[in-house]
Amino acid sequence: MSTELPETPKRAPSSQQGQSVAVAENPSAIGGTVSISIDGQALKVPLGTTILDAARRIGITIPTLCHHPDLCVAGVCRICSVEVEGQRTLQAACAYPVTSPIKVLTHTRKVRMARRHIVDLLLSDHYGHCYACGRNNNCELQALAKEYGVDFFRFGHPEKPMHEIDLSSYSVVRDNNKCVLCRRCVRTCIDVQDVGTIEVLGRGRTSHVATFLDKPLGSVVCINCGQCINRCPTGALRANDPTDEVWEAIHDPKKHVVIQTAPSPRAAIGECFGQPAGTALTFELNTALRMCGFDQVFDTNFSADLTIMEEGTELLLRLKKALADGEPAAFPQFTSCSPGWVKYLEHFYPEYIPNLSTAKSPQQMFGAVIKTYYAQKQGIDPRDIVTVALMPCSAKKFECNRPEMDDSGYKDVDYGLTTRELAKMISETGIDLPRLAKSDFDAPFGTATGSGVIFGATGGVMEAALRTVIELVVGVKVEDLFEHADIKPVRGFEGVKYAELPIPKVGPVPALLAPLFPSWDFLKGAILKVAVAHGTANAKAVMEDIKRGGPFSQCHFIEFMGCPGGCLGGGGQPIPTSPEIRKARAGAIYAEDSAYAVRKSHENPDVLKIYDEFLTEGPCGHRSHKLLHTHYTERGRYIE
Amino acid sequence: MSSLPTYTEQIPEAGLRAAMGMDRPGIISAIGASGLKGRGGAGFPTGVKWNFAAAAQADQKFVICNADEGEPGTFKDRVILQEHADLVFEGMTIAGKAIGAHEGILFLRGEYAYLRGHLEAALAGRRDRNLLGRGILGSNLDFDIRIFMGAGAYICGEETALIEALEGFRGEPRNRPPFPVNTGFMGRPSIVNNVETLAWAACILGNGPEWFRSHGTEKSTGRKIFSVSGDCARPGVYEFPMGLTVAELLREVGGEDAKAAQIGGAAGQCVPAKDFKRSIAFEDIPTGGSVIVLGPQRDMLDVLHNFLEFFVDESCGQCAPCRLGTTKLLEGLDMLRKGTCSMAYLKELCSLGETMQVASKCGLGQSSPNAFLSVVANFREELMGRIPTHA
Repeated sequence: MSTELPETPKRAPSSQQGQSVAVAENPSAIGGTVSISIDGQALKVPLGTTILDAARRIGITIPTLCHHPDLCVAGVCRICSVEVEGQRTLQAACAYPVTSPIKVLTHTRKVRMARRHIVDLLLSDHYGHCYACGRNNNCELQALAKEYGVDFFRFGHPEKPMHEIDLSSYSVVRDNNKCVLCRRCVRTCIDVQDVGTIEVLGRGRTSHVATFLDKPLGSVVCINCGQCINRCPTGALRANDPTDEVWEAIHDPKKHVVIQTAPSPRAAIGECFGQPAGTALTFELNTALRMCGFDQVFDTNFSADLTIMEEGTELLLRLKKALADGEPAAFPQFTSCSPGWVKYLEHFYPEYIPNLSTAKSPQQMFGAVIKTYYAQKQGIDPRDIVTVALMPCSAKKFECNRPEMDDSGYKDVDYGLTTRELAKMISETGIDLPRLAKSDFDAPFGTATGSGVIFGATGGVMEAALRTVIELVVGVKVEDLFEHADIKPVRGFEGVKYAELPIPKVGPVPALLAPLFPSWDFLKGAILKVAVAHGTANAKAVMEDIKRGGPFSQCHFIEFMGCPGGCLGGGGQPIPTSPEIRKARAGAIYAEDSAYAVRKSHENPDVLKIYDEFLTEGPCGHRSHKLLHTHYTERGRYIE
Repeated sequence: MSSLPTYTEQIPEAGLRAAMGMDRPGIISAIGASGLKGRGGAGFPTGVKWNFAAAAQADQKFVICNADEGEPGTFKDRVILQEHADLVFEGMTIAGKAIGAHEGILFLRGEYAYLRGHLEAALAGRRDRNLLGRGILGSNLDFDIRIFMGAGAYICGEETALIEALEGFRGEPRNRPPFPVNTGFMGRPSIVNNVETLAWAACILGNGPEWFRSHGTEKSTGRKIFSVSGDCARPGVYEFPMGLTVAELLREVGGEDAKAAQIGGAAGQCVPAKDFKRSIAFEDIPTGGSVIVLGPQRDMLDVLHNFLEFFVDESCGQCAPCRLGTTKLLEGLDMLRKGTCSMAYLKELCSLGETMQVASKCGLGQSSPNAFLSVVANFREELMGRIPTHA
């Protein structure tokens, strides 16, 4: 079976797409190399390499602003202007493909004047002060101003805000006063995510990044993924920040404040404290959170394991319905952990809501469990419990505010914090996170498994689910099929992955699932077909294939993550992001997985205990359904 | 008498019939030998452009006629389309044969929508006469033309922005290279030529390159259609040989007492009276044909204000130098008028103008400070009284 997806056409205008000759690492692939001289240094580069990339190869820095390693070329800020011998005008190094031998000069008088003017012009249209900005010391415009020695506002500086700040979304705050119109957000939304929430409206000085008809972000079709935030060079985009409320709760002696931490922020928060990408600070973070004043520190991996039990059981129930009972069941089943993906589906493919697993995301399961099971266990009035979730994600803020997320009788999760916001809270306390001693998570959700950890990387949910299904259904050790229980076919950053798992024999039904399944015979000889997609542009390609009845419509289970790379590339993660940074974070996550003693969700003792003590009807039982499952809203593409 | 005598005296379809008897390189070398340069103002050699597109390998190619005549003070394409639409379509058909295209698109300025019926009728007539469609004039040439309506943006006169708009996107210039002759409409090799250029191409095929070269200068061959407006006795559309002096032109139109002439539209340059002996040609004062005569009573700052407001509104807003630079120049002009612009700041603005000329993404951004710079250079005495003396 071929699972090649047809190339979906990019929607970004070609003016915003790189039109350069595709650069091959193997020069002979596209007809060789071309000579270029930059500031007198000669080198050969593959045909079609941009001047910018050529300069980087020999350590010559050319400043950029609208350029981003994840995005197509725009060439709109012109800060990377360089002189090309024989050309009257300066050329944008990021957008100029070298196809014939050229001589480039990167810091002539003309170039320096142009760059200085461009920085001065951008500052003349950039309202606000650096010291009153969330991106202070992490702002590309500020860095350029420093680099070009800006010590006065040559062309003035706005004294009054020019735009209203859009606070309408639970997830993303837009402040066009700080926008420099680099359009990285637009290219992200259109090309990386294929959502198209924002575009440039207006012409000349009225041009601005806008939503449909300039409506508030909270009321247009936006999936809250926050990928735009991650690529904004300035403070024009940020997440909706609840840290003040969280501090208030911490300082309120009547409140019992618990925090759950997801694996992706733990693998990335070090970046906010000067550590290289890929430094996991999971256990240092536990210490820091207690020092900040959180009463209990729990591991989201617990509820990730719970998710695997619930979502996996749901999948087995669907398979039973279809294969044993001969009844219709919605296949493929889609994962529901990523709130960006969930809202994407609700908007763009509402007819596929039956395919979406009804299992809540780990964040929401945890909230519901804390305000019920945990509250009972500890004898705390759930009214006094404040649940905070540390997530790599801006969409989690929207998710915890979904009106249906109150199955505990209270708001299940009170606040969603991003990695960046928690880093700020820690900084405020003067804690030097990387130097802290390590400490464990708190009971009763202190034991986690490697399966929970890898939820943070694309393919992780699928790998966790497969580990459990193999052991519970096939009745063999994962290690017998995959070395070190690493299910490599579903790992990696390829946009869409596909794998097949034949089930040649079945084992006995474990006690936990015995009430639901008399035997696994219906699965004997089946081939479980699964797929993984990350970033909604890839998700769209898979969904279109399913609509056409293509190979992906034959899958049983598909993991979808809204963000490129999965949660580790989420919209709440430290800025900047790039393919290399995401790869390093994935490295940290998989390293953590292999270090765990218990690596399979169904072996998590805390999970087994909650089914023993509280969810006594087992996975997908009555109480599970009430607390751990949810329903979705057909939103459609059109707004009222 | 027609304002376009040369076009009027052409034998209909002489150029197309001649082209039918020639091979593709023959057509291109005829255009090349004529020395025809782009009549939209940029002056790129038409034969070279056609040759690039002809040499490019692709499954499809396109001939695009740029009828998005938006430069302030330019209205000659409108007259050409009104009176000589067939000549333009003939030129497009010849270009189609030359580069190997089967589709031509006329990008018509939104404000010229009233011409559409007339143009569609002309196209229908050509189809009836087998001058468009399959097997044109019994040859194996298949070529047809459709009309695409612009939506009123000046920027779409820039060829890559025009192509973006044709593709259904916001009309904004692309990065160059690659150029449209390689990667144009729908990623295919495309030539974008001005209305007048295509009309001349038809004339050249009908009369031969030498006939065209018998007018004009060595570097600016042939004749040119001008749109003349402003403070003169006889504004209108004129045909002159390239290379005539500004003074000669002003004499013809009754604008001898002008203190300046804005040549090339808002994006062109403001030529003061002392330079009226200079000639209008690509090697001296290039133009797309717009001449705005500025009489002795004109306040140059008013003139400039008008142009700069135009650029502030019409910048596509994509690149920083043009979007913000035009705004700063306009603000600076207001400061000058109020007498609050210091000498030092004026110098700063001129330096900014120079940056805009080299660092803007497209030709329009690059030319938007021209008027400002030439007024400051040539009409200092009109500015000086308005600059605070203490600065």
